[in-house]
Amino acid sequence: MSATTAPPPGQPAGDPPASLLSGTGTSRTGDRLFAAATRGSSALVVVLVALTGAFLLWKALPALQKDDVNFLTSRVWQPAGEPPRFGIAALLWTTVLSAAFALLLAVPVSVGVALFLTHYAPRRLARPLAYLVDLLAAVPSIIYGLWGAYVLGPVIAGVDSPPRKALETVLGWVPLFEKTGVARGNVFLASVVLAIMILPIITAISREVFEQVPVANIEAALALGATRWETIRVSVLPFGRPGVISASMLGLGRALGETIAVTIILSQPSSLDRFKLSIFYGGETFASKIANNASEFSTPQKTGAYIAAGLVLFLVTFAVNAVARVFITRRGEV
Amino acid sequence: MATATIEAPASGPGSVHSSLHRSARSRKARDRLATLVVLLCLLLAMIPLAWILWTVLSRGAGLLGDAHWWTNSQRGITARRVGGGAYHAIVGTLLMALVTAVISVPIALGTAIYLVEYGRGTFARAVTFMVDVLTGIPSIVAALFVYALWVTTFGFQRVAFAVSLALVLLMIPVVVRSTEEMLRLVPRDLREASYALGVPRWKTIVKVVLPTAFSGIVTGIMLGLARVMGETAPLLILGPYTTSINMNIFHGNMAALPTFINQDRNQALQPALDRVWSAALTLIIIVMVLSLAGRAVSRLGSVKK
Amino acid sequence: MKLKRFSPLAAGLVVGALLLSACGSDNNSSTGAGTSDSASPAAAAGTCASGTLNAEGSSAQQNAIDEVIASFTSDCADATINYNPTGSGAGITQFTAGQVDFAGSDSALKAEAGEVAKAKQRCQGNDAWNLPMVTGPIAIAYNVKGVDSLVLTPEVAAKIFKGAIKTWDDPAVAALNKNTKLPSAAIKVFFRSDESGTTENFQKYLSGAAPKVWTDAPSKTWPGAGEGREKSSGVAEGVKSTADSVTYVEWSYAKDNNLGVSQIDNGAGPVQLTGEAVGKAVAAAKQAGTGNDLRLSLDYTTQEAGAYPILLVTYEVVCSKGLDAGKTALLKDFLTFFSSTQTQNSLEQVGYAPLPEQVRTKVEAAVKAIS
Repeated sequence: MSATTAPPPGQPAGDPPASLLSGTGTSRTGDRLFAAATRGSSALVVVLVALTGAFLLWKALPALQKDDVNFLTSRVWQPAGEPPRFGIAALLWTTVLSAAFALLLAVPVSVGVALFLTHYAPRRLARPLAYLVDLLAAVPSIIYGLWGAYVLGPVIAGVDSPPRKALETVLGWVPLFEKTGVARGNVFLASVVLAIMILPIITAISREVFEQVPVANIEAALALGATRWETIRVSVLPFGRPGVISASMLGLGRALGETIAVTIILSQPSSLDRFKLSIFYGGETFASKIANNASEFSTPQKTGAYIAAGLVLFLVTFAVNAVARVFITRRGEV
Repeated sequence: MATATIEAPASGPGSVHSSLHRSARSRKARDRLATLVVLLCLLLAMIPLAWILWTVLSRGAGLLGDAHWWTNSQRGITARRVGGGAYHAIVGTLLMALVTAVISVPIALGTAIYLVEYGRGTFARAVTFMVDVLTGIPSIVAALFVYALWVTTFGFQRVAFAVSLALVLLMIPVVVRSTEEMLRLVPRDLREASYALGVPRWKTIVKVVLPTAFSGIVTGIMLGLARVMGETAPLLILGPYTTSINMNIFHGNMAALPTFINQDRNQALQPALDRVWSAALTLIIIVMVLSLAGRAVSRLGSVKK
Repeated sequence: MKLKRFSPLAAGLVVGALLLSACGSDNNSSTGAGTSDSASPAAAAGTCASGTLNAEGSSAQQNAIDEVIASFTSDCADATINYNPTGSGAGITQFTAGQVDFAGSDSALKAEAGEVAKAKQRCQGNDAWNLPMVTGPIAIAYNVKGVDSLVLTPEVAAKIFKGAIKTWDDPAVAALNKNTKLPSAAIKVFFRSDESGTTENFQKYLSGAAPKVWTDAPSKTWPGAGEGREKSSGVAEGVKSTADSVTYVEWSYAKDNNLGVSQIDNGAGPVQLTGEAVGKAVAAAKQAGTGNDLRLSLDYTTQEAGAYPILLVTYEVVCSKGLDAGKTALLKDFLTFFSSTQTQNSLEQVGYAPLPEQVRTKVEAAVKAIS
């Protein structure tokens, strides 16, 4: 609020010297109007986020109050019943599992790509290659979904696909990799596709961080006779770690909320089946559940149940982004 | 490869020392292995890109050569009929993107200017934080919010304008971020020179700072558009599909490329499936041209440091 | 200065946009004519009013009504008919709110839910009629290598979809298919993961015809066994790409994907799914409405010889009077075309069944009576 009158010592980029602010009356009015307009826009952004949470909560509450089962721990989803019965336990599990597994796949590769682009590739090649990686981010998610379900799926995630069989045979004793009969629409395939989708995001931010490693650090290591890899290990990676972590969090946020690709890919297990933790099991994420039933928002009660699911997704991604932000601020603004 | 890249310990000079004492040959071998691993990572990242592009090109290129594809709608065309075009969906996608841009660009520019030129204190920090939150907001949540507002609270119909409202939430942070970055790069000297001439602050921002950062802002807008045009979730919730051309964003259904794809992928017959991949290719072309052009613009007119 | 460099770009964009918006066309009559199976030159018999009709509702009849609209408007170039497949409930809501001119619905207007009264109000005090127009059979579609024909009774089908019968060579299945060599493979069931009227109608059949096995109350969500896929296309694709699998899906999807379709034995012998067999079941249904309100009450347990019992009927819900004159003329022309023998017969190609003659003539008469 005090921006135009008495700038404190830590001036923002463009603060004019205070003496010049005492210009003519009209320009000061102009200044005040302009500042108010920009502050208004900023306030609007804050209000929009707050409204999002508030509206979702407002529309979800009536349905939540009527909910006959525990919203957080139940796996049932029958929002049309009287009373409605719906819980998010299964949705939360599939959402977190698919996003976490995607992150596990994407982070190492992204870091590798970012390292290659910043410290290995010849300068002339680095930029076009970075363009190519960025192009992955320009593929619309519905196309990822189609490609994942009908082209990639049969190759890696079908019941007889070698990668899946290998994992099931070697790690099948771990509940997370338990063998299931789910044909192709399993979390495994969804995670691989999600990993490809978030790879350019994580790569781009990691690249930025790796480029900022102080030259002195690198030269010091090189002067000690370190090889390129040793230089990276001792100077680039430690410096870039907070950046990579926040990049991963942003990627995680994106994976948690991805909608149409997951909707196209995932199968839903029957309510009669025993619940399995396995990544070869089907399931539904918050986003895919909502999208899949978007044409069935026929009564306020049903709509409320889906909005409640959306509210939880909002809170989860909010938390993830907040964590990412903590890491960003800790290492200073990028 | 996972272990190779993430295990890196937070090591001080001590570990450099110890690693330097290892036998030279094993050090060289490790170095070569690391090179190989990062190269493999790049290849691994390129495989899906090439595969997806090949899939879409080989299956979708067929119809794009037909002039009707660019001039006709799908009206009167059913799953078992060939023909028609994507005009209705292309126009819908562009129109919704345009409306989104018209609403979100002023807000985003204002916010970015505030953050760079005026912002300080708790409020500025809150704004920065909220922009970050918006960056991470899933499109389906944005769509649900607008649904809760537009349909269940106001009782309006699901129309293209509602889709645009949801897309505004997704576009604002992209434009804010890139504008902010560009504005920060504008040299102080420029501002000070302007102040020295007695130009008021707001005029300095509008006439000196913004034009200097113009190309970066354009890049941000194009990248933002590229993001929102590829979105499907808000369309599923707020923008029912139609096979006919509709130019009215406040009334009736309006097609968009993602919903065109989503509609026809539910068919089993070849004419419809051909259109799915052709629409996918059309969408990819639009989005990729936008994002590549955006980057080109930013290089073309980047602020000289 | 800087801005100048971008002005050609901006100008180019604007000009491009203008060009693009000028040259679009909704007229596909020339491009869309290249089909092999079009049964369209039919409106010759009818007349062509001009104008626009908007309709909304059931997605179950979407493929049928899309075909019919395409045929109708290719003959009547001045007529525009939009059908928006948002679901039966939404269609009726929009109709009673006066937003659309007629609704498509899987179930007739319900008096107890106040729909009848609301519709009457919307029609300015005149009755709204439910006209059965599209008959959509649900197929039990399967993909089992070497099995060209399969017979199921309601009980066995219900047990399969409940997961109680787990293999194809289960004695209960084998007893019905003595001449077929069934594999010992496990049965893989696919179901609709989205809320769906098809799921509800299939359950209505199962709980009607096999009440002891299927004890769940029919709803849009699936209480049975299997793996859920999104939409009809998803389950059909699942069966197509998975050996030894089975699902319930609209006939058109089974046909389009070349899936095997099970015969149903409701007690009077196995019945193959054909348009005629479905028509028999519709003809056997009781008339529940009065006068020109032609709501039907389907009998899922029908023992009628040669009647295929798993089906749903989509009604067009219309005002008997009270629409403005221009719209009424177009509505009558369109529904006359829709209920003509030729149009009804052409629906079989799209995976729907023609209305049996005795129902069709009643619908035709009711359409004539709209004023």
